[in-house]
Amino acid sequence: MADTENSRENAAVKPMTAPETRAWFVREVLPLEAMLVRYLRHNWRDKSDIEDLLQDIYVRVYEAAKKQLPDAAKPFVFTTARNLLINRVRREHVIPIEAVADLDALDVAIDAPGPDRNVIARDELRKLQGALERLPPRCREVVIKRRIEGLSRHEIAIAMGITEDTVSAHLTDGMCALADFLYGGDRP
Amino acid sequence: MSEARETHPMSAKEIKVLAAQWLERRERSDWSEKDRAELDAWLAQSTAHEVAYVRLESAWARTERLVVLRPLAGEQISHEHTGRRFFTPVLIRAAAAFALIAVLGMGAAYFLLQPRDRSYSTPVGGRETIAFADGTRIELNTNTALRARMNTDQRIVWLDRGEAFFRVKHDATHPFIVMIGTHRVTDIGTQFAVARDSKNVRVSVTEGRVTFDAPGVASQAALLKQGDVAIASAQSMSVTRKSTQALSEELGWRRGLIVFRHTTLADAAAELNRYNRVKLIVTDPVAAQRTIGATFRTSDVELFARVAEVALGLHVTDRGNEIEISR
Repeated sequence: MADTENSRENAAVKPMTAPETRAWFVREVLPLEAMLVRYLRHNWRDKSDIEDLLQDIYVRVYEAAKKQLPDAAKPFVFTTARNLLINRVRREHVIPIEAVADLDALDVAIDAPGPDRNVIARDELRKLQGALERLPPRCREVVIKRRIEGLSRHEIAIAMGITEDTVSAHLTDGMCALADFLYGGDRP
Repeated sequence: MSEARETHPMSAKEIKVLAAQWLERRERSDWSEKDRAELDAWLAQSTAHEVAYVRLESAWARTERLVVLRPLAGEQISHEHTGRRFFTPVLIRAAAAFALIAVLGMGAAYFLLQPRDRSYSTPVGGRETIAFADGTRIELNTNTALRARMNTDQRIVWLDRGEAFFRVKHDATHPFIVMIGTHRVTDIGTQFAVARDSKNVRVSVTEGRVTFDAPGVASQAALLKQGDVAIASAQSMSVTRKSTQALSEELGWRRGLIVFRHTTLADAAAELNRYNRVKLIVTDPVAAQRTIGATFRTSDVELFARVAEVALGLHVTDRGNEIEISR
């Protein structure tokens, strides 16, 4: 579909379809987010940049994956992160010394085995609940009504005595915060 | 990788909020083809949009699992119980049940308007909903086959294998009939499930009434009402009355769930085996009679084995296509 240009460019490599790239990104890259955020925090002085840095890394990884899936996601993601930080340092003339100092430690982290799948499965519900509990009260109530009770936007508005637009705004906030909690660990 | 890509006109946070707004809009009932096209265009604008959207969408999809906290029918969430107070007891109950649920989509729905008999089937572990032009919907459970003749004169379904749930659009002049071998269920405005295995036919009525005709067993058709569960073999038929909650649990498969209450390990394993190619085998007769109460996703064979191992202290041997549970 969208990958026709890439295939012309590089005929030897079979390009990923859009759904394949998405599935790979969700399965292999997003679970690294908490670790990646820790890495960025550790190596980048201006904490308000973290979210934009994260996005730039994701964009680079995603675009590369569309052309060809990396053999291993984790080294690829962290190499991309390191290169991006180095580019930033060069361009912005700021020098976070740790960015270079920490590279050896990073390689160790990459080789560490991930948690066992069963543990992930058992922890999922607890993790989801933890994320839910950290939402602001009204926002949480809306998400519960939507996700657990299965009410429509209209029904939630009536039940809570708020407008449908407010319901949407709470849902939007909830979606953002839940993704941050679920993927980014303790962020923000 | 060009340097230009590093500078986006919008911050990552702004893009995230836009992505969330799209995601929220997509879930509304008035989502249209035009909206779809607009979303696609927005996603195609930049990889940053796409990445932000994919990330939120996958996190939001994970929260589907929270449906485990939904009380089964018959219990209502009391609205004064909001916030933390609501969670604590529910968490305990859910955790106690080792329940994990992912109802990831209700399966494809087919909209058909064909005069001829049509065949439908699901593989082991499959689940599908068929929507007919008259408004009737049939949900097929795992490993199920049926044929349907739905036209202006007749509405007949033959359940050849497995289990299905019927939500019938009542039409007094065109009764809806389910044939299971020689047994026949005729709807009188209702929702009901029919399951068959090699020996028995089971009819569970969740709403309204049906007549159940088992020739050779009873001289006249039985009238089944809401809550009635009839089990008929070639020789006999019994009818029991069940609570709404018990019935809802029995039909948990409609949400991708199996609910066990005081179920023996042998029965629980047999039930899970209906849904999975990897088969559970309980070899030890004492272990087979241990009972469990838990909710599983229909595909949770490994989790089940793990519960048997960790919670019941049994021995589990994984042989790839079968998992043996012994003492």
